Amino acid sequence: MTEQVDHRVAAPGRSNLDPAVLAGAESFARTWATAVIGSSYVPMTRAEVAEHLQALTEVLVHALHASPFRTAPGYEIGARLVEAHFTGTDTLGRTVQLLGDDLLGELGIQPDELMRSRLAALQGALAAGYARALRERTLAEQEAIRAAVLDARDQAEAALRASEARFRAMFTEAAIGIGIADIEGRILDVNQALQDMLGFSVEEMRQYNIRDLMHPEDGGSVWRLYDQLTAGECDHYRAEKRFRRADGEQVWTHLTLSLVRDDHGDPQYQVAMIEDVTDRHLLQNRLRYQALHDPLTGLPNRALFLERLGRVFNNRARHRAGLCYLDLDGFKVINDSLGHDIGDQLLVEVGRRLDHSVSGEGKLVARMGGDEFVILVEGSQDTQDIVNVADRVLRELESPIRIGGHELTVSASIGIVERALSGTTAADLMRDADITLYWAKADGKSRWALYNPERNAKEVARFTLSATMPAALERDEFYVDYQPLVRLEDSTVVGVEALVRWQHPEFGRLAPDRFIELAEETGLIVPLGRWVLRKACEQARRWLEEFGDAAPFVSVNLAVRQSRDPELVRDVKRILDECALPPHHLQLELTESAIMGTADEPLEALRALSEMGVRIAIDDFGTGYSNLAYLKHLPVHELKIAGSFMEGLRAADEEDAVDVQIVSTLVQLAHALQLGVTAEGVETPAQAKRLHRIGCDTGQGWFFAKPMKPESIDELLRR
Amino acid sequence: MDSVERPNWAPDDIDLGRPSIARVYDYWLGGAHNFAVDRAVGDKVLADVPVLKSVILNHRAFLRRAVRFMLSQGIRQFLDLGSGIPTVGNVHEIAQSTDPDARVVYVDVDPVAVAHSRAILTGNELVNVLQTDVRDAKQVLESTEVQSLLDFDRPIGVLMVALLHFVPDSDDPHGIVADYRDAIPSGSFLAISHAGYEEGEWDPAWDDAKTTYNRGVSEMTYRRKQEVQALFDGFELVEPGVARLPLWRPESPDDLDENSAHFLSFGAVGRKP
Repeated sequence: MTEQVDHRVAAPGRSNLDPAVLAGAESFARTWATAVIGSSYVPMTRAEVAEHLQALTEVLVHALHASPFRTAPGYEIGARLVEAHFTGTDTLGRTVQLLGDDLLGELGIQPDELMRSRLAALQGALAAGYARALRERTLAEQEAIRAAVLDARDQAEAALRASEARFRAMFTEAAIGIGIADIEGRILDVNQALQDMLGFSVEEMRQYNIRDLMHPEDGGSVWRLYDQLTAGECDHYRAEKRFRRADGEQVWTHLTLSLVRDDHGDPQYQVAMIEDVTDRHLLQNRLRYQALHDPLTGLPNRALFLERLGRVFNNRARHRAGLCYLDLDGFKVINDSLGHDIGDQLLVEVGRRLDHSVSGEGKLVARMGGDEFVILVEGSQDTQDIVNVADRVLRELESPIRIGGHELTVSASIGIVERALSGTTAADLMRDADITLYWAKADGKSRWALYNPERNAKEVARFTLSATMPAALERDEFYVDYQPLVRLEDSTVVGVEALVRWQHPEFGRLAPDRFIELAEETGLIVPLGRWVLRKACEQARRWLEEFGDAAPFVSVNLAVRQSRDPELVRDVKRILDECALPPHHLQLELTESAIMGTADEPLEALRALSEMGVRIAIDDFGTGYSNLAYLKHLPVHELKIAGSFMEGLRAADEEDAVDVQIVSTLVQLAHALQLGVTAEGVETPAQAKRLHRIGCDTGQGWFFAKPMKPESIDELLRR
Repeated sequence: MDSVERPNWAPDDIDLGRPSIARVYDYWLGGAHNFAVDRAVGDKVLADVPVLKSVILNHRAFLRRAVRFMLSQGIRQFLDLGSGIPTVGNVHEIAQSTDPDARVVYVDVDPVAVAHSRAILTGNELVNVLQTDVRDAKQVLESTEVQSLLDFDRPIGVLMVALLHFVPDSDDPHGIVADYRDAIPSGSFLAISHAGYEEGEWDPAWDDAKTTYNRGVSEMTYRRKQEVQALFDGFELVEPGVARLPLWRPESPDDLDENSAHFLSFGAVGRKP
């Protein structure tokens, strides 16, 4: 260090000193050390201080005796004291005093005038040397500490500049947009990324307040959180936010806004970090659009429609809503005959016309799939509103559609549901519209149908019946009643017609008209018919056993579907075999349409049955369109004339000549073909009498007997 | 020693309107590396407690004795924490006068003290100066200045002279000492000198000095002997243990006087076993 000084100054000519003088100098140095130690900090032990001072004392001794006398050594001693860091000013005072008081005495020098004068001169020189050295040292140290301050400041500023430069670089070079505003929202600075993102320069941005960047589509939470942040209630938040660019375009962003507080914790600045997610957003939008729209027609798809419908029910902003569920009539034919391409173009045009005819606030046209479209009308006033829409749509579709040289005429069927939202659900609305569409189809197509709760209730009941029928068959809920077929000539019971009944656990006893048609639709008629056939044959067998030749044959109705069942002949044969019933004890009744309208195969089956010996009867004869020429070639044994022809023969006093004529003609026809004739629906004695007169063979009806339990037939036969 | 909360990249302000401990000490030690504000505080404190002058000189003398003791125990590398302005009688002067190859790292938080140290130490390859808050032992120990100069496989002399009475209990002085202790190898030494007194010795002037310090320079905490002893947890104290500062291995009986037994500071040196 600069203070590094060799304190152990060798006294010049030390060896020359008289030992007594040397001892005196040593003694004086000790006294000197004691006087000054503690007046300054010196980095020496007490002994080292004494040693140091002794060396200085010896210099003094030499100086006193030197010839010529010089004061320079005194000056040097003063400087050396300062060098040794005897910088406390008490040191000088005590030293000067001690020199004057003790030095000459300790050294054994006569205090004559010369010596006192020399000593005073050396004291003065020492004080001057000390003062000068201390002044120099002080100035040097002051200079050093100032230089150190400047250095430290330079370093601090350099560090600050470097750190500021780093942060400035981070701010300017960041790929994410960064903006800083004061707590009132005045924008102070924005980085390049944010300028590029929004298309404004820093100068332009500085004209703005944060609130100027409000976007009409901003979520309410964005600005609610902003208020909380600037009030110091929250320190940061994230949000999705849209900005309007300088060029009018929109930018979608992820925004993170942070509050910067001052040393007292008061809000000072706000820092926004803004990431441009427009591309991602647009991609999401496109994906969402694709997910929610039909690619062919560009109309909203089923998913979007259901979403909108769900929203209608969630918001409840409107009280009523209506649906048109639309399906093109005969689209499949067009598709199959002209090809899918034409079909697709047709759908596009239909979609366009629908969209055109029902555009407007609160209305949505969607393609549900295939050739099904749906129109949602929010906030309808009443059902007529929706009917008007449906009418407009049907009219719109009336004009032919020209596609690829084809002029296509299409029509549509529409199911309409319109109702108050309370008390119903989106799913109810959809289901009812779907049902109603099928009514429109069933009612003849090219029309709309309005949802009707009673009709629906009936259909629901029908559905319930058809759904529960298979289980009912297994649970033996069906049973068979028998209605006698009476020979008019002698009123003998020659046969019985088997009539199936359903003892329904909920609806009670059900006649065949309630469920046979359903069974035909569902196909359950085949097992049900087989079951009835078996029951009837078993019963016929019992009668055969009890009454022998007097036992009646059983006449069992065969549904159209059964007659076409390839297993029919085998089933009948097996049942006859299992019941050991001679085939002529079984008669199968078919309707005209079942027999006439059939192709060859069922006829083959009938022939086989006939050849087996089973009787074949045509039921309800005269109500269908029988090909009389054809009748001759059919394997038929019996005609059953429909009860409707019996009306005119009913009254006791007068008869309807036309009906009489029809019936007698039918009888003649049958007999000409060697067929028996049974008259159905005989309810009065007059009818029975007239039929007998006309030549009808057999009668059936309430006049003779209602359908009854087999036990009741037993009683009849026993009479 | 303030603003520990400041991030590392932000240098402390160089505020010449505020006194600094390092410069006040320099003033007390007779140096001129100081400014009017430093001298005003120094004078005010001395006016309240004249004995403090001797206290200051004794801490400095203790530093010398402690370094010399460590040198005698073979220590050749020193870590001087809170080194202040390198006025006179510095660790490297003492150490290098014994062994020119002795190494010293000075650490102080005062940027001016550090700048001055660097200025006068330019060219001395065996001395480094680090500007850091010594309370952050990890940062000190992992610094380039320390790592490049000190060999942690050999014993190190750690010096905390007139330092820890500026570390309030809330800053966990015990934990700070322990952090350094855990980093230095077995055979290392720790020297602490600390302002303090025992029960019953209290003088109202001491509180005045403390108040002046607290207000003008830095918060100061007097500690009892037992508290100072507790700082040496994990060290074996060398004779005479924790002693009044002048009584710790005095160089001469003449250095002692009637006040020594109640001197306002303690000192001790411990060896890490």
